[in-house]
Amino acid sequence: MSEQAPDTAGRELAEEARDRVRFEEEALSRADQVYQVARHLAGSKEEAEELMQETYARAFRSWRSYTPGTNMRAWLLRILTNLNIDRGRRKQRRPPERSLEEGDYSLYDRLEETTGAGSSEDEERLLNRLSQSDIVDALTALPHDFRDVLVLVDLGEFSYQETAQILSIPIGTVMSRLHRARRLLKQSLAGSLENER
Amino acid sequence: MSESPCAKCERLLQLYLDGGLNEIEAREAENHLDDCGYCHRQYRFERAFREHLRKTLSEEPMSPELRIKLAALRSDVRPAGDP
Ligand SMILES: [Zn+2]
Repeated sequence: MSEQAPDTAGRELAEEARDRVRFEEEALSRADQVYQVARHLAGSKEEAEELMQETYARAFRSWRSYTPGTNMRAWLLRILTNLNIDRGRRKQRRPPERSLEEGDYSLYDRLEETTGAGSSEDEERLLNRLSQSDIVDALTALPHDFRDVLVLVDLGEFSYQETAQILSIPIGTVMSRLHRARRLLKQSLAGSLENER
Repeated sequence: MSESPCAKCERLLQLYLDGGLNEIEAREAENHLDDCGYCHRQYRFERAFREHLRKTLSEEPMSPELRIKLAALRSDVRPAGDP
């Protein structure tokens, strides 16, 4: 009977090693999805890559705090968002105070105007007038607080509640920042169309 | 002074799309969207815009180098024979 103890311990160790490997494989299999969010939370590709490495280093260290069967991508993104905030990369740009009264409708109106299209123009065609770099630049130029919320909700697909928890802000703040972020983004895109003319 | 229905709809549209309106407000927005071609086009555009944003911003894949670096961060408890 007494020789069973080391045996059990050995089995437990082996099991733990297996769990850990399974965890690591699953975390790595989510890396592409996590990267899509990291890329736009961070200001540049280089920063995003650093952030990914810090996140995975942290995740692999604290793998025991992950509950198997729960949302791995969300778990990783929570770590990533907090590390990103901790990096103190907040060279806060002040959001433009002017022009916010300009309505939400302005981007569409501008696109229709500049495309010279009638009302039947389909949305996809209008949107294709916005280049990928215009969109990425406009997002990068958003104040961090706004960008975080927009990226977590629209790219991370977190609910308002989850986003509020991740960022430790009230849910009402999530909503107001989100709306401001979308509005600023659209205004800046409408501006980029203006410049092309 | 009462606000034009379009201005109100414009203000509610984001919340509507985010599912952030209560039942009465949502119905009000829907009624206006049904009646007003302009707001309805804005609504369709807004939906398409969000989708476009998501697609456009997800187009840049992770580099193979980063993938290798992340894999290298794993512990060394790999069972024998595992890569
Ligand atoms: Zn209307």
